[in-house]
Amino acid sequence: MSGGAQFHGLVTPEDGRPRLPGSLHTNRRLAQWLTFHREGFVTIRPGKVELGQGILTALAQIAADELDVALARIRVQPAATPDSPNEGVTSGSLSVQDCGAALRHACANARAIHLSVAAQRTGVPLAALRVEDGTFLGPAGPVGSYWAQADDALLECEALPEARPKPPAARRVAGTSAPRLDLPDKVFGAARFVHDLRLPGMLHARVVRPPARGARLLEVREGPLPGEARVVRDGSFLAVLAAAEHDAEAAAARLAARARWQEADTLPEEGALADWLRAAPHERSLVAERDGAAAPAASVVRATFFRPPVAHASIGTCCAVARWSDGALEVWTHSQGIYNLRADLAKVLRIAPERIVVRHVEGAGCYGHNGADDVALDAALAARAAPGRPVRVLWSRTEELGWAPFSPAMLVEVEAAADAAGNLVSWRAEIIGNGHSSRPGRGAEPTLLSGEYVEGGVPVPPSINPPMAGGGGAQRNAVPLYRVPRLRVDLRRLTVMPLRSSALRGLGAPVNVWAIESTMDELAARAGADPIAYRLRHLDDPRAAEVLRAVAEMAGWEGRARREGVGMGVGFARYKNSGAWCAVIAEIAAEAEVRARRLWIAADVGEAINPDGVANQLEGGAIHGVSMALKEAVRFDRRRVTSDSWETYPILRFSEVPAVAVRLLPRPDQPPLGAGECALAPTVAALAGAIRDALGVQVRAMPFTRETIAAAMDAA
Amino acid sequence: MVRFTLNGAAASVELPGEVPLLHALRGPLGLSGPRYGCGAEQCGACMVLVDDVPRHACTLALGAVEGKAVRTVEGLGTPERPHPLQAAFLAEQAGQCGFCLSGILVSAAALLARDPDPDEATIRAALEPHLCRCGSHNRIVRAVRRAAGALRGEEARA
Ligand code: FES
Ligand code: FES
Repeated sequence: MSGGAQFHGLVTPEDGRPRLPGSLHTNRRLAQWLTFHREGFVTIRPGKVELGQGILTALAQIAADELDVALARIRVQPAATPDSPNEGVTSGSLSVQDCGAALRHACANARAIHLSVAAQRTGVPLAALRVEDGTFLGPAGPVGSYWAQADDALLECEALPEARPKPPAARRVAGTSAPRLDLPDKVFGAARFVHDLRLPGMLHARVVRPPARGARLLEVREGPLPGEARVVRDGSFLAVLAAAEHDAEAAAARLAARARWQEADTLPEEGALADWLRAAPHERSLVAERDGAAAPAASVVRATFFRPPVAHASIGTCCAVARWSDGALEVWTHSQGIYNLRADLAKVLRIAPERIVVRHVEGAGCYGHNGADDVALDAALAARAAPGRPVRVLWSRTEELGWAPFSPAMLVEVEAAADAAGNLVSWRAEIIGNGHSSRPGRGAEPTLLSGEYVEGGVPVPPSINPPMAGGGGAQRNAVPLYRVPRLRVDLRRLTVMPLRSSALRGLGAPVNVWAIESTMDELAARAGADPIAYRLRHLDDPRAAEVLRAVAEMAGWEGRARREGVGMGVGFARYKNSGAWCAVIAEIAAEAEVRARRLWIAADVGEAINPDGVANQLEGGAIHGVSMALKEAVRFDRRRVTSDSWETYPILRFSEVPAVAVRLLPRPDQPPLGAGECALAPTVAALAGAIRDALGVQVRAMPFTRETIAAAMDAA
Repeated sequence: MVRFTLNGAAASVELPGEVPLLHALRGPLGLSGPRYGCGAEQCGACMVLVDDVPRHACTLALGAVEGKAVRTVEGLGTPERPHPLQAAFLAEQAGQCGFCLSGILVSAAALLARDPDPDEATIRAALEPHLCRCGSHNRIVRAVRRAAGALRGEEARA
């Protein structure tokens, strides 16, 4: 068993350079990560970005700890090309692993350098020096500080592998629930989001989207527009530009009525989506195979699990600001990956990436690859018509729910067998659907929405699945952690993509974990075993067993009473099979609709840099899981997405949110693991188990509504 | 020209009366708190108080607030003098991305003005027009209860 961090530690780096932790390996210069200032503060420059998950606070805590300065002295600089470390994408619950490890090491190294210079300068032996809130103290009192040495360019060097961060027991700031650094701005309504940028001379633009997927713009009738708005057209990309935002909005509506498009049926029949998935052209690959000695099968469970596409559905719509000057472009964006965005902008706009500066500014929570990158291209295209002027584009709710990438529809077919004693002997699964990543910057073709509509544009290529070493996409968490001697998991990635799909919190995990856990429930029932006891007898991983035992205790699982119309279910997964361990128990009431009443969550995220922040993420992920499981489905006809408002794409509301209890298992000496995604999939699974407990039916399609439950009852 | 009181001060805007209030607040009036989320009274991100009643600024015409008192999250309190709700949201760390919070805070302020001791169901009902995608709901509810307690405490002392 090895966590990602330990695993990397064992490999000989391909580039032959000594291994440095996390993203420090590829961004080795210390000055790139931190700078001390005479005025008594430190700037840290993570390449990872705040998405509402609290990462900046956790990173500041790590830096404060390693440098021995008060948290209030840490300033976090938002990521921007070309100076920020290139840390790829802020995703996959990897920020603490990649960036936290890098920053911890860089700060430990910086501290050592500064102290040794102070020792030389003062003659006080290094071993007699310590740091207290940035001041260097010798036996006779203060002898210097980071601030006094700030100008000495001491960090213009590569990090050394020998630097030694503090032992866990010596940490004072990391491991505490420091309040979020960004939250005050958000409760006082300060201008913190990219939406709030007001640059001098800024214009507002709105995009006029086609009435159907892939439609071509034939003609736009001329006519007056409010606020002297200007029309921007490039092929089938159509937008308006105005000085005032309300004029841009009104002009876009007016222009939409004047545009004539060529449309065609491009989407599958919504009601027959599962059949379409089975028949669609695809590429097949083997995810995992094991062929151990097994007892003969005495009972076989076969089941198919289906989930429609679901949306990221951020509360704030996507937004970006762009400005062209002398053929160079500057973009303000809430993208999760500024360098990747830059690469795709360069492809569509046909300029060198070095001519583009991409600056991160916070947006609303994105929960994966939503339209953040797309709107940055929209802004760049619109701004081309007004050189020198910053142009802000804000998506409408209709664009947000209708045109951002979706987590694709998935079909998972499982066949599992148990021996005469009820123990699992074989597992077969096949996962069918589109890939889960079309993030920009990774392929030959750009993947930005409007790239397809500009003159000479090409459709976004079908999404891919990251390899299992990177956590996988559709196949994420498809290999059960439960002991099973024979196993085969296959993946069918579709090679056509009528609805653009990409990464959403958990990628394939919510469906795969639901399929696994539901099947385990069925096998447990056949074996006459308690669902948790049955899981425990198939687990060799002590940290897995521990979260299950903890959640059972929290929820009073053993002593639970049977109540009419009420059910309890359990779900467990180790995220990506290499990340955080999480077990969830859900209690539901089967009323007119299924109602989630309570959730209990036990998680092991290794070292929790900010325990309250972790709890916040776990709660949020679990509530997202309830929403996905009980309510969400992207709706469409043959031409367009029809669930493009909150009325047609409902998410969980205040009155529907269950009570949530969280317990974190203390692991201060284990590598930290991200917490943002690990609770979602087990929550979906726990709800399905609770429905089974209450109603005696195994639901086979999400969302778990009256209709899908009735269908499962008919099929039973 | 439309004149009204904004966060306690006189305000006037040179915009046609049919422009949504939200554009006036975020545009010429330079505020950031009220946010666009849907433009259709379906998410609550734009919520403001008009004569102490929560209204959706995304659809409310600017002309409709002529002579009235408009209050946004910026008018609740400042970092130096936070409204008890703002202090409570920070104490409970009630929020993740925070995009939904400006609207939720003003609705909660209206609730506490009419009901100093709301139970959990009342709070949830009052916040039902608001969406939060980050799943901060339970912390938000706890924060509103905490603020209610603080406000009652303040009044008891006064
Ligand atoms: S923006 Fe007004 S309710 Fe959504
Ligand atoms: S905190 Fe992000 S939407 Fe509520």
